Amino acid sequence: MIITKKLPQVNAGSMADIAFLLLVFFLVTTTIQQDKGLQVSLPQWTDIPTGGSKELKNVLRVVITSGDQLFVNNEKFEMDALREKTLHFVTNNGKDPSMSRSPKYAMVLLTNDKGCSYNHYLAVSNEIYAAYNALWEKAAQQDYGRAWDRLSAAEQSAVKAKLPRVIMEEESRF
Amino acid sequence: MSKFKKNGGKKEAPGITTASLPDIVFMLLCFFIVITKMRETDLKVMAKPPQITELAKIENKGLNSSIFIGPPSPKYQQFYGGAPRLQLNDAFAKPSDIMQWAANRRAEIQPALHPKMTVSMKVDSEVKMGIVNETKTELRKANLRQLYYLANKRSK
Repeated sequence: MIITKKLPQVNAGSMADIAFLLLVFFLVTTTIQQDKGLQVSLPQWTDIPTGGSKELKNVLRVVITSGDQLFVNNEKFEMDALREKTLHFVTNNGKDPSMSRSPKYAMVLLTNDKGCSYNHYLAVSNEIYAAYNALWEKAAQQDYGRAWDRLSAAEQSAVKAKLPRVIMEEESRF
Repeated sequence: MSKFKKNGGKKEAPGITTASLPDIVFMLLCFFIVITKMRETDLKVMAKPPQITELAKIENKGLNSSIFIGPPSPKYQQFYGGAPRLQLNDAFAKPSDIMQWAANRRAEIQPALHPKMTVSMKVDSEVKMGIVNETKTELRKANLRQLYYLANKRSK
């Protein structure tokens, strides 16, 4: 007579507990990392202050005050209008005598006050970079018929040489 | 017909089997393992960056160093107060420590790759620009000039 004894089964009730513990561990120790940001190239450090008598009309003077207000060439501006203004300024090509002579000479001087908030500063920087990105995208389409992301490094450098992005930053001294 | 046991007249609605609960939890676990990364740097400051539209992906994470600026997290506030501070990779620091920190980072990376080093800055929205400007000046002096202002995506 073969005694067929039923083998005791492993109690799987604690599987769920183990799974919950592992889940909580991972929730606590990991992050959904954000690895994207506004890419900026800082100018080289020189002890000599860049006095430079640049022609006033070639410089777009963007000033952020400690009250988080925006002034462009001494006029009060709203954030929404900044992108358009930067675009017009760079692509002016001498048409409007108060704006840049050509994109090669156009530069933006961003002055921020020690007391202005980072939120505002980044929003203003975003608008300026967005204007240049839109400009380069348009140039990429015109010159090469492709989107900016699809251009090779050499082609991108060529577009950047025609439309250089020069943004100088300083802290207001008042 | 004698094979089927009579129910005895009691008709109970069958309870929900929880046998598949561990399976669901394991699926959630797999999701988290795949989507997230082990946190490399312990955030000692509270830094919630603003939302912007022009975002670029950081190219080489290995050559990237992190700077966090913001008010210290609650457990550090008793020692360091509530004013925004600088955190370089893992430790609290002052802007004047950046030169030394940059030299340390350079020592960890082979010289051929030095020009490709980048710095990512995660700054809280409410921080005033004074400390950020000092940090940027020190970074320029240390010749770490490729910077990423980490931020979240805004739709417009």
